[in-house]
Amino acid sequence: MSTQTADTLLSFEEALERFDPAMGLEVHVELNTVTKMFCGCSTEFGAEPNTQTCPTCLGLPGSLPVVNGKAVESAIRIGLALNCEIAEWCRFARKNYFYPDMPKNFQTSQYDEPIAFDGWTEVTLLDGEGAGETFRVEIERAHMEEDTGKSLHVGTSGRIHGADYSLVDYNRAGIPLIEIVTRPITGAREKAPAVARAYVAHLRDLLLGLGVSDVRMEQGSLRCDVNLSLAPRVSAGSTTDVPLGTRTETKNVNSLRSVERAARYEISRQAAILVEGGSVLQETRHWHEDTGITTSGREKSDAEDYRYFPEPDLVPVAPSRAWVEELRATLPEPPREHRARLQALWGFADLEMRDVVAAGAIPVIEATVAAGTTPQAARKWWLSDLARRANEQGVDLSDLPITPEQVARVQALVDEGALNDKLARQVIDGVVAGEGDPDAVVAARGLAIVSDEGALGDAVDRAIEANPDVAAKIRDGKVAAAGALIGVVMKDMRGQADAGRVRELIIEKLS
Amino acid sequence: MPEISRDEVAHLATLARIELSDAELDHLAPQLSVILESIASIAEVAAADIPPTSHAVPLTNVFRADEPRPGLTAEQALSGAPEAEQQRFAVPRILGDEQ
Ligand SMILES: [Zn+2]
Repeated sequence: MSTQTADTLLSFEEALERFDPAMGLEVHVELNTVTKMFCGCSTEFGAEPNTQTCPTCLGLPGSLPVVNGKAVESAIRIGLALNCEIAEWCRFARKNYFYPDMPKNFQTSQYDEPIAFDGWTEVTLLDGEGAGETFRVEIERAHMEEDTGKSLHVGTSGRIHGADYSLVDYNRAGIPLIEIVTRPITGAREKAPAVARAYVAHLRDLLLGLGVSDVRMEQGSLRCDVNLSLAPRVSAGSTTDVPLGTRTETKNVNSLRSVERAARYEISRQAAILVEGGSVLQETRHWHEDTGITTSGREKSDAEDYRYFPEPDLVPVAPSRAWVEELRATLPEPPREHRARLQALWGFADLEMRDVVAAGAIPVIEATVAAGTTPQAARKWWLSDLARRANEQGVDLSDLPITPEQVARVQALVDEGALNDKLARQVIDGVVAGEGDPDAVVAARGLAIVSDEGALGDAVDRAIEANPDVAAKIRDGKVAAAGALIGVVMKDMRGQADAGRVRELIIEKLS
Repeated sequence: MPEISRDEVAHLATLARIELSDAELDHLAPQLSVILESIASIAEVAAADIPPTSHAVPLTNVFRADEPRPGLTAEQALSGAPEAEQQRFAVPRILGDEQ
């Protein structure tokens, strides 16, 4: 591994001239149930290692798993939201493998009887070329399984001998997981990486709307594997079926941006191999966030020999049609319809709405509006200052340390005239820096607008006295020159004045 | 009749991370074949009107409420581990995969 050679890459444009990419996306989503899939252990994120285990999830002899009913309910709702059929009868299966991340030596999953299958969903491209274009993604299946433990590698990497070993924490082992698998997505051509990203973003919104998962990619509660292959490009209109090329599976791509980058990288890498007459190796590849490349992972032939068989310790799941219909009735409005309705309600232009969607700002704007802010003001805060911060920190808007209610309070202070925009920005700074609620920040930093007319009048007098030339111009009727004096007064007042009122005072005094 | 070859036993041993000597492979392959044959004889008894089944009892939908139950402490969880470090199970290095 010390001799990791750099891959030869063909430019993305050239790769697309010669090949058509086909993608299959596998998304793993951790459900937000309180307990694990087959035992009553807590699923809370961030606990001390191995403090959320029991004989069942440690695979100790004599323990018996029992299915978490809430997880089955969530699985069915996800399936329905993806327009899937729901199995009338299905079983769990043991996926046998011998990595220590599963203490049982198998993962309880579903094999040829997934709870949901044959669905579809539509994703809309948001930015870049082709914005607004809609792609239909066929869903092959969504099945129930459990997450694995987390391993930490210790020792010097690259050494063949020595004290290399792994440390395993089983808190995550057994957390309910739904794996959602698409059919190959073909025909997206140069938009394939953007479609992959839009699909994962769409799933995230959909799952969030269902309330079944925290869908935090940075915490690993939503993870994506990107399967990608290239086939020689067929001319437009050709009806010949070109078989799919050999695919690679890039594992655990953990941000929306990385989904797009990983797909682009694999297209360039595989194309470079194929143009040289080589063949793509069917293998697992690992995505490296820092360097933006994929590297070869474990060999497939060995690891894929899972010897599935029906899980004898769990009885089949047979959701009654009545239950399925009951759950269907609980589905929220699909994201696209939801977006269209909100856009009309908020009166946003198409372009404005596109930016809102691209920034993932719908939920926070919705909550800010619910807290009493006008839609335009809510949009302004979340898409300017706060979007910039989220970008800098590489987190989602909803992960910023400020709540929609706090943003609404800041805007309310602006509307009351207690803050101007500049001060409001400082208040937001303070809240994000952990200084407390907006009112606390205003008090602690002394940020409120000075409404004391005497103090303001004194500042205006000082400004006039210090700038006789400007004052003379204004006296001569050149009102536009007032801007320069307003600036001086605002500076004097450390920004804590209402610029409109300052202007009035200046004109009053000089006319 | 199913027969399990020496190569297949060797492959299975690799998957299960069990080291088997040549002598053990020679010994185990025919034994496993006999076991498979015995089990396969059940298939002869099963007529077309007997559906294949994976469960002994005709139950479905046995669910648990999503309520937490106390589990093990970290000390208890690790008490059976051959090695532990940083409150985690220490295991031989896992090839390749991080996490
Ligand atoms: Zn447990």
